[in-house]
Amino acid sequence: MTDFIVRNARILGGEPADIAISGGLIAEVGRGLTAGGASEFDADGLVALPGLVDLHTHLREPGREDAETVASGTRAAALGGFTAVHAMANTSPVADTAGVVEQVWRLGQEAGHCEVRPVGAVTAGLNGERLAELGAMADSAAGVRVFSDDGKCVSDAVVMRRALEYVKAFDGVIAQHAQEPRLTEGAQMNEGAVSGRLGLVGWPAVAEEAIIARDCLLAAHVGSRLHICHVSTAGSVEILRWAKSKGWNITAEVTPHHLLLTDDLVEDSPVGSYNPIYKVNPPLRTREDVEALRAALADGTIDCVATDHAPHPVEDKETEWGAAAMGMIGLETALAVVHEAMVETGLLDWAGVADRMSYRPARIGRVRGQGLPPTAGSPANLTFYDPSVRDEVDPGGFASKSRNTPYEGRTLPGRVVATFLRGRPTVLEGKLA
Amino acid sequence: MKRHLISAGDLTRQDALLILDTADELARVSDRSIKKLPTLRGRTVVNLFFEDSTRTRISFEAAAKRLSADVINFSAKGSSVSKGESLKDTALTLQAMGADAVVIRHSASGAPHRLATWVDGSVVNAGDGTHEHPTQALLDAFTMRRRLGALDGRRITIVGDVLHSRVARSNVLLLNTLGAQVTLVAPPTLLPVTVDSWPCEVSYDLDAVLPKSDVIMMLRVQTERMNASYFPSAREYSRRYGLDRDRLAKMADDAIVMHPGPMNRGVEIAAEVADSARSTIVEQVANGVTIRMAVLYLLLGGETQ
Repeated sequence: MTDFIVRNARILGGEPADIAISGGLIAEVGRGLTAGGASEFDADGLVALPGLVDLHTHLREPGREDAETVASGTRAAALGGFTAVHAMANTSPVADTAGVVEQVWRLGQEAGHCEVRPVGAVTAGLNGERLAELGAMADSAAGVRVFSDDGKCVSDAVVMRRALEYVKAFDGVIAQHAQEPRLTEGAQMNEGAVSGRLGLVGWPAVAEEAIIARDCLLAAHVGSRLHICHVSTAGSVEILRWAKSKGWNITAEVTPHHLLLTDDLVEDSPVGSYNPIYKVNPPLRTREDVEALRAALADGTIDCVATDHAPHPVEDKETEWGAAAMGMIGLETALAVVHEAMVETGLLDWAGVADRMSYRPARIGRVRGQGLPPTAGSPANLTFYDPSVRDEVDPGGFASKSRNTPYEGRTLPGRVVATFLRGRPTVLEGKLA
Repeated sequence: MKRHLISAGDLTRQDALLILDTADELARVSDRSIKKLPTLRGRTVVNLFFEDSTRTRISFEAAAKRLSADVINFSAKGSSVSKGESLKDTALTLQAMGADAVVIRHSASGAPHRLATWVDGSVVNAGDGTHEHPTQALLDAFTMRRRLGALDGRRITIVGDVLHSRVARSNVLLLNTLGAQVTLVAPPTLLPVTVDSWPCEVSYDLDAVLPKSDVIMMLRVQTERMNASYFPSAREYSRRYGLDRDRLAKMADDAIVMHPGPMNRGVEIAAEVADSARSTIVEQVANGVTIRMAVLYLLLGGETQ
């Protein structure tokens, strides 16, 4: 009994074909499939991608439900074409126990817009000193495999070494927020010509690169899996390329905003100077860094795109630069930004986008039933994207509770038309189903 | 001229010369027994000071009052700001009161830019964090011009904590606009790492630069920088970068010594240098009122309305 027939979808950008969905799985892919009473969805001109998987999302619940909740954040995720997100651990209370990760996981199940995979904190209270109960979180119903103190760096080399070693027992991965704390005290933006002119404390590239180099060496020494969050500099790319050439088990992500935006926006942008909408951690870097990150994502040195969706209420951004919160929302614009930065530039085709935004992040996070090619037998986690349109970004229409997007008023390509989660549409005609 | 004065970089050469020439005319008023002009009668100037700076606030207040403006002093201490009111809400309050100009001093770089997006009146930057202090640069240029004549081709050396100095940033931009050649002298730790992108020369050797300079401008060095390892000790700083009597003797005969104040006597500048005939430090204070009169006059279009 077929539930859905999708007509004329260009699977991974290829020739049009029909997709039959049944019992949460892709039953058949071919041309001219018979409907047999199933609902039909006309995907003429749309690109079919595997459901996107985000390794790095801040859903803010528990603790900052004014900025985002699991329900609102996963609605935003579905509208962005995601079928799975990893919820970062820097909530209040911190997700450093089985209880908190199970709560977040359950909230995700109840909301039902996409799969929520909680990330566990590496250290108790994100304090960088004592390991959180990593094994308990791994064994919990949430089945945590990704551990991160994101927002803070696990800067103590011994704690980092122990964490890397410890999670081997349950095939976990440490996702490092690479930021040497002493080199970035009070840091406000990328350290460079712009920060020098603007009189803002600089966040030097070396503070990221030094930690990445150290952690690659540590991961190699103990034979563990290491993932680097939001890589932002050309130097980091060089180090990762070298570490990967050794065959070490290291992966990395880049955010959409680091693929498109640069630090000169802090000085001069359509929304004025010193507008904290551009304040983010790690900071926006230079054009040379953007070019290096794009090249690294294209050649696989950087494995995947992760949004670092970081919602903040208006009052935390409508301030002077120094007082503003760091972070940008990104779930609802991620695919469009990747389209502009990577596809329109010829660096990736749609199969490449599927690899960097679905297959690889699912593998890194050990997410079962996600990140699989859209072929018969796979779970029907699918995203249908119209690459032909181009529109001005209107945050008023976002499902996220927050509005801190750096793309307001900017024109971006493409539109997510439909998202299917295990055979059930979560988004149809660009709206929540 | 633009509606706001937030960065010295906002000023064209023509703007800067207009301000300096206007200040020359206004200086004559300051020499009269009755110092007041009626030009800004009925206009409201708000001094919005989030950082304590009695010197700068008094200077702006005197300037506005000599032009007959109504002056409201809004200091963050003891006000709603200390109870957690945001800059935006403060701005909206001032907007509702009908401020024609807001003079802002704030510890955050860029606060005047943000303020300018929330109020209709002119915003004058009276010092924002480690970014800029454009009226200080204007009064410095005014002082130099009175002592030395036109600044084209003049060699100006700025010595000290450039990294954290809003005075240095504004001076580099304005002096460059006015055709002067600027050299920064500082320990490398107290220069931005990208200083080579600035329109000026850089040296680590004060003694080599001294004899070639028409102006030596000393910046205040905060001794707490010592604890953050910017330099080893106040003594060592003073030996390498301080202006003492021996160094004064190496300067050209007509060269002048400037300091934006407040000074650390005995650290960046020796007492006898600060008090010497070469020093313009007291003149700078007097010229501050005059230049701020010129700025308010030009921004608020005093002669019309």
